[in-house]
Amino acid sequence: MIKTLYFLLEKEFRQIMRNKSIVRMLLIAPVIQLILLPLAADYSVKNISIAVVDNDHSTASQRLINKITSSGYFRLTGYTGSYNAALGLVEQEKADLVLQIPAHFERDLVRENSQKLYIAINAIEGTKANLGGAYLNSIITDFNDEIRVDWHTTGTLTASEAPQISVASSNWYNPYMNFHLYIVPAILVTLVTAMASMQTAFNIVQEKESGTIEQINVTPIKKYVFITGKMIPFLVLGIILFTLGLLVGWIFYGIVPVGSFWVLYASLVDYLFAMLGLGLLLATYSVTQMQAMSLSFFFINIFNMMSGAFTAVDSMPAWAQAIVETFPPSHFIRIMRMVVLKGSGFGDILYDLGAMAILGVILNGWAIVNYKKTA
Amino acid sequence: MQQLLTFIRKEFLHVIRDRKTLLMLFGLPIAQIVLFGFALSNEVKNSRIAVADYSKDPVTTQIINEIASGNYFDIQRTLQSAAQLESAFKKGNIRMAVIFPANFSNDLTHTGKATIQVIADASDPNLATTITNYITRIINNFNTQTALTAGQPLQIIPEMQFLYNPELKGAPNFVPGVMALVLMLVCTMMTSVAIVKEKELGTMEILLVSPFKPIYIIISKLAPNLIISIVNLFIILILSALFLDLQVKGSILLLTFDSMLFILTSLSIGLLLSINAKTQQAAMMASLMGMMLPTMLLTGFLFPIENMPVALQVLSNLVPSRWYFIIVKKVMLKGLGITAVWKETLILAGMCLLLFAISLRRFKIRLQ
Repeated sequence: MIKTLYFLLEKEFRQIMRNKSIVRMLLIAPVIQLILLPLAADYSVKNISIAVVDNDHSTASQRLINKITSSGYFRLTGYTGSYNAALGLVEQEKADLVLQIPAHFERDLVRENSQKLYIAINAIEGTKANLGGAYLNSIITDFNDEIRVDWHTTGTLTASEAPQISVASSNWYNPYMNFHLYIVPAILVTLVTAMASMQTAFNIVQEKESGTIEQINVTPIKKYVFITGKMIPFLVLGIILFTLGLLVGWIFYGIVPVGSFWVLYASLVDYLFAMLGLGLLLATYSVTQMQAMSLSFFFINIFNMMSGAFTAVDSMPAWAQAIVETFPPSHFIRIMRMVVLKGSGFGDILYDLGAMAILGVILNGWAIVNYKKTA
Repeated sequence: MQQLLTFIRKEFLHVIRDRKTLLMLFGLPIAQIVLFGFALSNEVKNSRIAVADYSKDPVTTQIINEIASGNYFDIQRTLQSAAQLESAFKKGNIRMAVIFPANFSNDLTHTGKATIQVIADASDPNLATTITNYITRIINNFNTQTALTAGQPLQIIPEMQFLYNPELKGAPNFVPGVMALVLMLVCTMMTSVAIVKEKELGTMEILLVSPFKPIYIIISKLAPNLIISIVNLFIILILSALFLDLQVKGSILLLTFDSMLFILTSLSIGLLLSINAKTQQAAMMASLMGMMLPTMLLTGFLFPIENMPVALQVLSNLVPSRWYFIIVKKVMLKGLGITAVWKETLILAGMCLLLFAISLRRFKIRLQ
């Protein structure tokens, strides 16, 4: 039996290696994407365009505007007297947010001791809106403090005795707020996902389409041996791709996993087991390569959008989070981020490892049952 | 002409007969719009945090209540030691820890100043920034409340308003994005297989020796995909109007016209891939592995393009879905007219013509 498996493996590897364009697609295209795409996935928001409606034209309003533009987060793209003109800039995508300083802002601030500033944010891009609002808010708070100190030192007002509570914040695991640390592991997982499940599906369906699977079916080769023979090459390719990906992360982005490689690779094998099972399952349901492609595209696309690689699982409603739990990639992405960034060990990721193993058993079991029926 | 119609009919039958592919073609857009429309959101809420209160006095209790009362935070646990903090972060249970030092109330009453320590898990830097800001806002509000009773002078109160999408739903951004992504990938994929399949099966030879013009072969291959994609477009528009409350604010005619332009561009890309590929597998790999992630990231609906390095910004100009995404946002969400999107429309038209011309030139009428 081991001998049969050995011969099957030899055949599979030769078939894969012989096709140069496939090898190129399998290994080189993902590596290039991993080098380039994290640069595109940069969400450290720093160029928020702001339009200011200044109805006050006072020293205070000028000072606030200077403070905003010198913060480094904002770019002043409009300075108008009317709110509607500023709104027009938002419609033309020339401004992300509008700050309106009401008339007599400075005068009334002193007279009435309290004034409002109006901020309107284009919320179509939610993250940008969130961050833009957050930055502007903290700048205004700083500005408020400065003004108070000024008035206080010029002696116009008496200092208040109200107690002040301040917040000292620190950022662990990624103190420089480097977005690459967050996104590179996720992109690597997406690439491994696409390769593993799709290729297994294609490969088996190809044998179906060309009719060679019939020949294998009439030989005494056991079905699980045949399936194992189909899966091992892609397991190996997956591990190679993953290793190349880690190298790219290290060379181009300086990312060295904090946790142990042993944990990473053990999780990878667990993950690939599940994803190859999915590929196998899709293959049993398709007759032509076109169908295999359609089905795997369906799943990969949904995995990419919902597994937390680019979108936050935390802000999804409970039912959606429950669905996401059944996606193997979401577990592996979580593991990758925990091990690479925080150095989590086996004990910390037991839940995700277990979930992937269960999903793997279900997918593979289902595939084998279904394969027996149709072949 | 009669010939052409017969061929288009034949290609149609090919597509319609394959139920599984058809299911994907129509099922994918529906599933994505419904799933993404309801599930994806940018609003950060119910973040799991841990609280360590070493002071345990009325003020800290009051602040903790303030934090717990909104729907921003979900206090998962209270910590007793620094070791617990570390392990909670490593397990990924909490996103942030709020720590009140032991001398908190002492400091506050005696010096009038006290500090709360906030530690965020910055593996996701944006989430960390957002929730740190939430906490700061809550504490500032708390300060303001106590200040108002004590008469703090010169209060500037920022009033924030979210335009177009007040609830920070994901749908207004993701629906145009998913439209661009799905239409482009489905069109490219379906077309990329079309011609190479005939080559692989050997039927291309028969087509080429027949008196049927090569341009007709191409047209009859594209026609079914074009029609399917337009049907898809309307399914997406109807679904988002019904379920996601996203009606087309601008002219439907303009949107349809631009969508057809975009679909034709994607079909031409598929055609080009198909003409260059030797096997179906190579064509599929190129359209899936090669195009999926770049399209996803360079369209601009996940990550803002103006943040990217200049080289990638230039590269993103070559991605048709980038322009289509802008058109859909302007016409569908903001209700703007042709005066606002003529530039993008022209760019798509140019891309479409160029790609189609190249594929026509490269389409070989000889085998080898």
